[in-house]
Amino acid sequence: MIRPDFRVVVVDLSARKARTEFIPGRAQWLGGSGLAAVLFEKYGNPGLPWTDPPQPLIFAIGTLTGYFPLMSKTVCSFLSPYHGQYTESHAGGRSALALRFADMDALVVVGQADRPSVLSVGPRHMDIIDAPFLWGRDVFTTGKMLRHMLPGSGMRSILRIGPAGETGCAYACINVDTYRHFGRMGSGAVMGVKNLKAIAILGDGSFPLPEGKAYQTAFKDIYALLTETSMMNKYHDLGTAGNVAALNELKSLPWRNLQATTDPGINGISGERFANDMLLRNAACAGCPVGCIHIGFLREKFMADHRYLYRQVAYDYEPIFSLGSMLGLTDGFAVLGLMDAVEREGLDCMSSGVALAWATEALEKGHVSQEETLTPLAFGEAEGYKTAIRHLGAGTNDFYRRLAQGTMKAANHYHGEDYACVLGQEMAGYATGETFFVSESLSFRHSHLDSGAYSADQKPQDKDAGKIVAGFVKDEASRCVLTSMVGCLFARGVYTGERLSQALESLGYADVAANLDHAGEDIQRLRWRLRMRSGYAPLHAKIPKRYREIVTWKGPIDAEYMETLRQTYAHKIMELGQEEAG
Amino acid sequence: MKTLVAARMERCIGCQSCSLACARLVHSRLSWYTAGIRIGSSGGISTGFEARVCLACDPPPCAAACPTGSLTPRKSDGGVKQDKKLCIRCGKCVAACPVGAIVQDDSGNPYVCLHCGRCVAYCPHDCLELAEKGKARLGQEVPE
Repeated sequence: MIRPDFRVVVVDLSARKARTEFIPGRAQWLGGSGLAAVLFEKYGNPGLPWTDPPQPLIFAIGTLTGYFPLMSKTVCSFLSPYHGQYTESHAGGRSALALRFADMDALVVVGQADRPSVLSVGPRHMDIIDAPFLWGRDVFTTGKMLRHMLPGSGMRSILRIGPAGETGCAYACINVDTYRHFGRMGSGAVMGVKNLKAIAILGDGSFPLPEGKAYQTAFKDIYALLTETSMMNKYHDLGTAGNVAALNELKSLPWRNLQATTDPGINGISGERFANDMLLRNAACAGCPVGCIHIGFLREKFMADHRYLYRQVAYDYEPIFSLGSMLGLTDGFAVLGLMDAVEREGLDCMSSGVALAWATEALEKGHVSQEETLTPLAFGEAEGYKTAIRHLGAGTNDFYRRLAQGTMKAANHYHGEDYACVLGQEMAGYATGETFFVSESLSFRHSHLDSGAYSADQKPQDKDAGKIVAGFVKDEASRCVLTSMVGCLFARGVYTGERLSQALESLGYADVAANLDHAGEDIQRLRWRLRMRSGYAPLHAKIPKRYREIVTWKGPIDAEYMETLRQTYAHKIMELGQEEAG
Repeated sequence: MKTLVAARMERCIGCQSCSLACARLVHSRLSWYTAGIRIGSSGGISTGFEARVCLACDPPPCAAACPTGSLTPRKSDGGVKQDKKLCIRCGKCVAACPVGAIVQDDSGNPYVCLHCGRCVAYCPHDCLELAEKGKARLGQEVPE
């Protein structure tokens, strides 16, 4: 609903009560990333651990959510089990529109249920349902059971965790409506520690639209740009998987724990191969006509006499990299099998693949033995990885429990730091060069989407650290605006400042439109302050040795320049995260 | 008369652009619920999607159930016309619809497809069609 304040529902699992609060500041904080940070400042305590029951798990949408196409994402913020510090993770599915139609700018979950539970919320209900029978169930089984337990098919979003979230894996994800995820930084474990197996958001509200033509015209113009021009083609056609072959060609696709950046086996896992041989259909987040979700099929023989089962697995660039090239797999169907295994456990696909790639090299080097891994791990051999993924979700032994806390934590213990492919967290799939390695190592979410660094690396650039860092900072502030609306970052070419202003003004938010640039910078600084308060020390962030050993299209890595860039960016982050005077 | 047909739902990606368009353009609402067409999964998102929309019954049982003449049969080919000012929000049309195509909002106002076809242009996969009765290209290939 169009209103100046944010309407926030706070659910206390310990007290089994909810309350509604109205938080001012829409023009300054916009929603999404900005609102989530404000709410963390209000409800969180950066000085206490993430496991402390009162710590909040926040889901925030933005001022434009639901009103315009591709304004279809939700920002989840929390103290990360991965590093204990403030972070964000983003997802779509139906989550954003369900929150909008539940009339919640944000849902904040605090406290801890006294037994495994499901939270069901909507405009006219709040139930905390005892669900010990769901504990231990995988993501798919949990989803199927919840569909029958909860009201509102077609108007709800179901967020759920798998075994990994229950066992406290630092990169457990929250599965959103089967094919999307709050993937990175361990939000699934935050639900787990709260004894919260699932959250269902029912959105059956309906709101009046502004009178006059401005809104209808703005919608029509933006919708046409998204659907009638070629701007979104790459996401619609091959999807992000289209980058796999391109990055391999550019000597920038990590293979076998980043022991190589290109491989002739690429044809088995390229976006073209997936589209031609494995793509079953597409799906979309609610409110997005692009339909970038690519769902592949997998047929598995489970018994003699031609008895088969089939699976549907959503694929993208990142899982193909992390569970494909990074593990030396060149058969797309085998990669889909691992993606399915990771989904089932409720693990983040990127961290899981990179962690297992490290474990494989550690086994090769003798830093760990099969006594630890419990199963043979070898690049190119999918079956061992499938078993290991189950161990990772279950936390079967000390080795898997350590690995589930993060690859570098395991590497520190087993003396394999040099070849741990960790850039703040397990790397995203861009071995593009110094700019990306520094950006992901230090940036706020340790995400490839924090800045356009991987794209910048793919073009010739001056080695001017000051200029590059200024670019990171400017880019981050502008992305803060979009992730506060909350738009899909794939639409960043469409939602320029001018179009965002047009959209906001059409809804009567002229004050918000007038403050976008300032708001982006304010949000950026608040997020960094929260990160610093919870213990971030960017100057201490290291880039492992493996990243100095690789060769990209530009040639060998310039280690000296990378170090200068790292220091320059770390100092800039310290400055951004400084507390305000007074 | 032309009738809206959800002719090619196998192609649906669940973006809900049709529901949002109906609410926005026909009813001046922001909603995926108070609309003449609504999209749900067939039993979980892995099973694909179905449209909950008027099938243009002829004669329409919702019009027969309506005690005030707010819903009346269209001139031909099934479906109904709606005169909102006659509606007393009794919900009898909702109960009478055999396929659950009519919903009521918080205030009891019913939402039913009026076969205007304004949603059609917003479907990115051409799942929907406004056609004379029996003329919809059910399952036919659409030119690139």
